[in-house]
Formats: sequence, structure tokens, C-alpha cells
Amino acid sequence: MKVALVRFPGANCEQDGFHALNDDLGITAEYVWHAQGSLDGYDAVFLPGGFTYGDYLRCGAIAARANIMSEVIRFANEGRPVFGPCNGFQVLCEAGLLPGALMQNESERFRCENVLLKAVNRSSPWTRNADQIVSIPIAHGEGRYVCDDDTLKMIHDLNLVAFQYVNASGELSEDANPNGSIENIAGLVNKRGNVLGMMPHPERATKKSLGGDDGLVILRAFAESFELVTT
Amino acid sequence: MVTVRVSINLKPSLLDSAGRTVASSLRDLDFSEVQDARIGKTVTLQMEKYDEARVKSMCDKLLANPVIEDYTFEVIE
Repeated sequence: MKVALVRFPGANCEQDGFHALNDDLGITAEYVWHAQGSLDGYDAVFLPGGFTYGDYLRCGAIAARANIMSEVIRFANEGRPVFGPCNGFQVLCEAGLLPGALMQNESERFRCENVLLKAVNRSSPWTRNADQIVSIPIAHGEGRYVCDDDTLKMIHDLNLVAFQYVNASGELSEDANPNGSIENIAGLVNKRGNVLGMMPHPERATKKSLGGDDGLVILRAFAESFELVTT
Repeated sequence: MVTVRVSINLKPSLLDSAGRTVASSLRDLDFSEVQDARIGKTVTLQMEKYDEARVKSMCDKLLANPVIEDYTFEVIE
């Protein structure tokens, strides 16, 4: 079982994903160049964080239209797992695999810190083990989740909220929200639950020496759900 | 050659945090009449020939994100 780590120009977190998956989770992950037209032989897709194409036009906009994305969309629509942290979340929204969009942080500051997250939809392959609040790092300037009222209603009706930013008591407070996202939304799943996009980086929280290993709660659940562990 | 100017702006209902800072800075410079500022983008296209439907398609497929942005375009020369 293999994960395709898609490399775009300007992505800068693919090595984080590579080491988290291969070294900390025992999943075989390989780099796949964005110009490649096929995902044959892969069982999951990881769209890494970074600043693909310099965030030109809008964050994630150009990467979302790269050659490999038609394959990623087909892959996702077949119910196979696709994960996009940070810029990967922006790409998933721009590609239409998740609803809404990410805009500049309300504070206009680039926020680089740990945040606390509460899982909302507990039935997805990614969030089913997240019983407790998890602490996961963020590093973004454009993470303010926005959508219109009809979309927000659809998100609630279909239970698409994967994670919300919370305080230590698990409350959706304003000070726990690092970017001004609607309803403290930090991540979404798609209707089938096989696609997860989130601004925080669970792949940067996979061992204590990195400052915490709460990311394993999400990545292990995903690996076990799709039987990805090979070593 | 035809020059087409595409203007892309955030939807009025959305907070433009950078625009808010620009408005604040203008007020600091004694332009106290400024209530708000919105920052948009302009994409100037040089085209072999103009086809309105194709420019609209470019906006819908790439240049604007309908979730957060509105656009207009015009032939300028």
C-alpha cells in the first residue's frame, strides 16, 4: 500500500509528510511530481503544505489546476483517501473537492504556533479516534475559512466539520481562533469522509521530539482505516 | 492584438483585512474621510482576438474564485 506525496513547485512541507508517514507511521510514501498524469499504483494522496506557485492569484489556485489534479479528483470521487494539510486544504477547496475558501487571516499576521482542536464529525476515517482535544501546529497567513450561508448550512447538514479551534476547556472562543475562520472551522471532510483538508499540520506533530505527537491520533486512524501500514 | 482588463474584487460581504489596514493607514495620514478600502486585482490580458465567452470562461475556470470574488472585464484597446 502506497501514499502519493504530490510535489508542486513552491510546496515546502512534502518532506515533513514523507518522514511522518514513512518513519513514524510505517506507511510507504513516495514523491509524485505534479506534471505526472497518473496515480496508478497508489492507495492514498497527500497534498503537502507550502506556497504552491507562490500563492499567485489565490493560495492553491494554480496547483488546483495542475495536470495531476484531474487524477486526484477522480481518486477522491472513487472514495479513496486524500489528505491536504495547510496549502493542501487550500488546494482541495480551489479544486472543488471541499466547499468554501481560505482567505487572509483576520489579524493579517502569519500565525506559527500550536493550536487546540476538537473533532466534530467523529465518524470519518481521520477523526474517529480523536476523543480528546489535540494540540497541532499551524503555520499560515491565509487560513480564514469562509463560505456563504447556504454552504454553511450544507456543511452542518452533512456533518462535514472535521475540526474546530477551541480553548483548553473545549469552547469555541474567539481567542482560540487563530485566523478568524467562520465558526472556528479548522478542517473539513467531504460527504463520504475520504477527503480531509485542514489548516493545522498533524504531520508535524508525530513525535515528542517535535514538540508533540497528537498528530498521530489523526494519521494513525487514517492509516488503519485504509489499511496502509506496511512495515 | 486586443487588450482586455479583468478586475477581480472580493465579495462585499467578506472582510478584506488588508484593505482595512490600508484604510486605517490613510486615516493616520489625515485622510479622515476614508471609511473603508477594498483591495482587488487587475489582470491585463493581451489576446490575439477578443471573444467575450472565452474571457468569461477564463474568469470562471481560474482568474476568479466565485466563493469569494466577483469579476468584471472590458476591452481597453
